[in-house]
Amino acid sequence: MATEILMPALSPTMEEGTLAKWLVSEGDSVKAGDIIAEIETDKATMEFEAVDEGTIGKLLVAEGTEGVKVNTPIAVLLEEGEDASDMAAAPAPQARENKAETPKSAPAQAKAPAAPQSDTSPDWPEGTETEKKTVREALNAAMAEEMRRDDTVFIMGEEVAEYQGAYKITQNLLDEFGAKRVIDTPITEHGFAGIGVGASWGGLRPIVEFMTWNFAMQAIDQIVNSAAKTLYMSGGQLNSPIVFRGPNGAAARVAAQHSQDYAAWYAQVPGLRVVQPYSAACAKGLLKTAIRDPNPVVFLENEILYGRSFEVPKLDDFTIPFGKARTWREGTDVTIVSFGIGMTYALEAADKLAEDGISAEVIDLRTLRPMDTDTVIASVMKTNRCVTVEEGWPVGSIGNHISAVLMERAFDWLDAPVINCTGKDVPMPYAANLEKLALTSTQEVIDAVRQVTYR
Amino acid sequence: MAPRKSAAKPDVSADQLKQFYRDMLLIRRFEEKAGQLYGMGLIGGFCHLYIGQEAVVVGLEAAAEEGDRRITTYRDHGHMLACGMDPRGIMAELTGREGGYSRGKGGSMHMFSIEKRFYGGHGIVGANVPLGAGLAFADRYLGNDRVTFTYFGEGAANQGQVYETFNMAALWALPVIFVIENNQYAMGTAQKRSTSTPDIYTRGAAFGIPGEAVDGMDVLAVKAAGDKAVAHCRAGKGPYILEIKTYRYRGHSMSDPAKYRTREEVQKMREEKDAIEHVRDLMLSGGHATEDDLKAIDREIKDIVNKAADFARESPEPAPEELWTDIIADVAPRTA
Repeated sequence: MATEILMPALSPTMEEGTLAKWLVSEGDSVKAGDIIAEIETDKATMEFEAVDEGTIGKLLVAEGTEGVKVNTPIAVLLEEGEDASDMAAAPAPQARENKAETPKSAPAQAKAPAAPQSDTSPDWPEGTETEKKTVREALNAAMAEEMRRDDTVFIMGEEVAEYQGAYKITQNLLDEFGAKRVIDTPITEHGFAGIGVGASWGGLRPIVEFMTWNFAMQAIDQIVNSAAKTLYMSGGQLNSPIVFRGPNGAAARVAAQHSQDYAAWYAQVPGLRVVQPYSAACAKGLLKTAIRDPNPVVFLENEILYGRSFEVPKLDDFTIPFGKARTWREGTDVTIVSFGIGMTYALEAADKLAEDGISAEVIDLRTLRPMDTDTVIASVMKTNRCVTVEEGWPVGSIGNHISAVLMERAFDWLDAPVINCTGKDVPMPYAANLEKLALTSTQEVIDAVRQVTYR
Repeated sequence: MAPRKSAAKPDVSADQLKQFYRDMLLIRRFEEKAGQLYGMGLIGGFCHLYIGQEAVVVGLEAAAEEGDRRITTYRDHGHMLACGMDPRGIMAELTGREGGYSRGKGGSMHMFSIEKRFYGGHGIVGANVPLGAGLAFADRYLGNDRVTFTYFGEGAANQGQVYETFNMAALWALPVIFVIENNQYAMGTAQKRSTSTPDIYTRGAAFGIPGEAVDGMDVLAVKAAGDKAVAHCRAGKGPYILEIKTYRYRGHSMSDPAKYRTREEVQKMREEKDAIEHVRDLMLSGGHATEDDLKAIDREIKDIVNKAADFARESPEPAPEELWTDIIADVAPRTA
């Protein structure tokens, strides 16, 4: 049966083109792959090949014709044994109609904001015995417990084994689990992050330690493009159960390339879980959850917090679910929202404000994706004011996001604009005095609270 | 076309030759059809055809066993067909439909089949190399003797992460075969304009990884080299590099103006080196098949491809709700 040859689309954006030149004449026989015409697109002149064999019955569009729309019949191809009389019956290969229908967008009027659902249950049952542990000990215990529980959990990274961890988070793991499961890598973040993701597809549960998150910028393609997106790109076939962890944000006097908070960067990526714990208990409970989670988890620790001690419950298997904020302090006048080391400023400010009779509620987000905005909204509905605190840069910050969510879902409850206390919009300086100025501070949080409470 | 001598002695069975012919022809006809559907606007975005390189994946799949894994870059249709994935599901993914392997959410460059142990389909040049070594890492950790075929082009061979991976794969004796599909052009840049060494496999020597160059237009030579590499990996001797010299007849992607090489160069390869014609000649001259036998195969393949195209057109677009699925896994993962 004779078939029509249609004007081809030769680029992702082509809608029409010029039929610059025919390289065949009527009556010529062609086979698949023969170049039959030159077609000019907006970008280039391209060769157009036949995809079937046959004889050119008729050229329908003269060479030199401009503005030939994609899918217009340009020639008729006859099969073996056919002649021109068969042409009348030529069916065009069915091209897809241009769907001009407008997308069904949501109606313009905003939906009534859903009432916030805040889970205020405690992290561990009342009456549970606790013990003082540092964040370092808590992280170490979380990994050891999960490695005992599941043989497919292993840790890889620079200096995690024989050196016992650049920050001693992996101390003693090599002794207990051996070199098969506690693996020193070369200094090669891009490569070992990719090997980790591949291993997670192969049936393992890797913990990839970055000596600091600054170095993970060399590996961010593997974290975002390979780990975060593959479940979606595979139509749900392939998940990446992997934890990327290490210290994040400013340490002390290590300057610009070693002092950066990646919270907002990773929190933007669908497909990732993003955790930034403050206390030892949260670090332990959330890291255990992270290791068991079937998704890639970005676990942002902080070097300055590693040595701080907190009460940790003495439970055999203590986990904290993702997406559940913790209210550290209840209050009535203002909501202070923070996470990670930002919590030190938030809690200190709340203590000082209490001395002046200002009652602050302090919320620790703990996980940034998923983010428990309901707990924040429920609190703001009570206090009508909000200040956010983080060490990262101000543009596109977590605080910016919280502000937007409050504007959309709790606008009528706000009695003052939300203020974001953040790191300054500069690379981290080395000089001690400048470094201090570049970070946010307890005093800035106090000032912000006074501003939003008009006191 | 004049018959060529195969590098490997054709002590190959009629059945095997027939299988090679059939598998390569399926890829070629499938890709021609994909090109046609692209021209009709049914396939969008980037679409990189495998035409010319068929012997590479068909030869290596013949060396693979059940349980082995494979991963590649974005010129991936051939790999999927060669490892036994359903042409209908592949074509429907190209048209962005519900019946596609990724339910329309991955497209030409991002397809997967856990059942066939095909781990993509990756759009970032070079990124699949450590991923492939990671799959091999898992097999070594789990204590089985499976191998992972990690395919990439000679263009990707200039990415830093490839050498980071070579180092670790050699250090940890990972059972991974690095398959460099050298089709001579990284997009539009000829190898000699981008790459300091003519034989890329020799770079493995710096890491203690053995390797060799293979005639990628000869499926028997590819199969023989694949057997050797697989045996090396399965024996626990670590990685192996196969640099397979091949050629792509079509442009880098569908929107390639082909200004960087001459039409004569392409025509010469097609006429003198074509891998499918080579097997065809071996079958006819060796008395393994008649013209009629081959015509029957041609018809069978044409039918499969047409059915795939019909399926890919008729399969509906994914439901709008699909936008929000498969972002986060909320159940325990599959066992790999």
